[in-house]
Amino acid sequence: MSDTSGITSPSHSSPAGDYAAKEEVARQSGTAPQPSEPKKTQASSLWANAWRDLRRRPVFIVSGIIIVLLIVIAIAPSLFTSTNPKPGDLAHFMQKPKLGHFFEADWFGYDGQGRSIYARVIYGARASMTVGVFATLFVTVAGGLIGILAGYFGGWVDALLSRLTDIFFGIPLLLGSLVMLQAFTGRTAWTVALALGVLGWTQVARVMRGSVITVKQADYVQAARALGAGNGRIIFKHVLPNAIAPVIVVATIALGMYISAEATLSYMGIGIQNGISWGADISTASSQIRNSLHVLLFPAGFLTVTVLAFIMLGDAVRDALDPKLR
Amino acid sequence: MGRYILRRLLQMIPVFIGTTLIIFLMVYALPGDPVKALFGDKAADPATVLRLKHQFGLDKPLLEQYWTYLTNLVQGDLGTSFSQRPVTDILTDAIPVTIRLSLVAFAIEIVLGIGLGMLAGLKRGKLVDQLVLVVTLVVIAIPVFVLGYVAQSVLGNELHLIDPTVNDSNDLSQLLLPGIVLASVSLAYVSRLTRTSIAENIRADYIRTAIAKGMPKRRVVGIHLMRNSLIPVVTFLGTDLGALMGGAIVTEGIFNVQGIGNTLYRAVLQADGPLVVGLVTFLVVVYLVASLLVDLLYAVLDPRIRYV
Repeated sequence: MSDTSGITSPSHSSPAGDYAAKEEVARQSGTAPQPSEPKKTQASSLWANAWRDLRRRPVFIVSGIIIVLLIVIAIAPSLFTSTNPKPGDLAHFMQKPKLGHFFEADWFGYDGQGRSIYARVIYGARASMTVGVFATLFVTVAGGLIGILAGYFGGWVDALLSRLTDIFFGIPLLLGSLVMLQAFTGRTAWTVALALGVLGWTQVARVMRGSVITVKQADYVQAARALGAGNGRIIFKHVLPNAIAPVIVVATIALGMYISAEATLSYMGIGIQNGISWGADISTASSQIRNSLHVLLFPAGFLTVTVLAFIMLGDAVRDALDPKLR
Repeated sequence: MGRYILRRLLQMIPVFIGTTLIIFLMVYALPGDPVKALFGDKAADPATVLRLKHQFGLDKPLLEQYWTYLTNLVQGDLGTSFSQRPVTDILTDAIPVTIRLSLVAFAIEIVLGIGLGMLAGLKRGKLVDQLVLVVTLVVIAIPVFVLGYVAQSVLGNELHLIDPTVNDSNDLSQLLLPGIVLASVSLAYVSRLTRTSIAENIRADYIRTAIAKGMPKRRVVGIHLMRNSLIPVVTFLGTDLGALMGGAIVTEGIFNVQGIGNTLYRAVLQADGPLVVGLVTFLVVVYLVASLLVDLLYAVLDPRIRYV
């Protein structure tokens, strides 16, 4: 086994594309020569242990609070500001922030068109969160399904699906979505999420495939099969719950990366049109940066904190689910 | 070994065909007429559109276009851009610049990334370790374009330490700042990866044995520990070299470096279909070759891996 796994592991786990999952995949390919790990054999206690462990981690609590807050902002931005983010008043041209004015229109100052930066930052959260959440959902469902099928059935199914994964893996995320989105006019957050999803599912598929292959060989799966369980039951009752942990980690970190990718695309003028996006605001700010740094600082700061929160959450979840690192 | 390489090369063929087909479809089959887009907002003269379409073979069925493209490709012809310049010509101008930028970034990534990772991994749990972890996490979270603009405006426009944009893309010293910005995210990943890997391996039995034998620390760390810890790092670095070339779109744009990324970005904006397909195809080949080289490097680093 160890001889053959030497051949397959480099070719199937050489990571690229989205950076976050690279780390995860590369780490796994380097440190998982043994086919089964003891933690995989105790499903319910793994999750219970992880949750107990997570609740005690400050990193998890902080990132969790930030993410919940961002979700609330994205759903109901009017709770946080009564200022309309779109019309500008040139009387306020480039006014500096008044940091004492909490939650007021001039809290973060005004941009080059006299629009309230605070209002724009609050209303910009929706685009980022929509893209991040739905691209991740798409990626997890599509990649997870393909990974399970390839890993569980093996043989020609695996050969076919793995080649399909390789094909999409060869297209860099940013490059591919740039080319793809250029063809669409009237792009919304949904279009961007779809493009990122279509190009991004390969990491989840690879991680899921590897995880399923490991779990498939466990005794409880053999036992279930010997008892006459069908493929559907084995997959959903036994394999999936035990194989999904690394996928959750990759997906959480990827969510942050999709938000970053959306901002980058909007910054390049290929992202969301007619909406408010942090990336687009940063792009506008960068031409005015010589006068006032605050126009760049606030959208960039919100963007960075958001991405950071998801990466930290993913890190915390990984540490909790992988007792080997403790 | 020879058979393994042959098999991998054969495996690359369907992947290459599939990837280029997807790029091709994304450029030509998605809504939007590439030729009409050339005219921008102006109304296009129907006769000119037809003539251009015929010249670039766009009036033929899509699969036939793809077949023509593929057969030309095998003969080293990457097509002609809408600006009537052969894509290979444009590539010859841009490749040296991108390679230089990538190598600058790659060197920074290897030296600083592995260095910081070693430092953190060997001092696990200490202040240095925590510091490296926090800093790399923040660097990963800052989008490259933000980092690029801040670096450019602070170092270039405010402090006047460097030129804000690159005037001569062949001058290595001018490529230093774009190189650092391009390398930043990967650098953070390399150091985190090295750290994790070292922290795991340092508890291994062979390290304890080596220390117990009375080997000097330099040798234990340099030979025993690093050789085993670098395997996942090499995986990352290899595929990253491919990613650097494509990922340079943003960095090259900000600093006005005339490499492949910048050329590609302009080609996408100008809806220059043949040029986009040609450039992306080239990047895909680079990427596939890089990942093959990584797999071969495994054998050098880890003799336990055998290629059959």
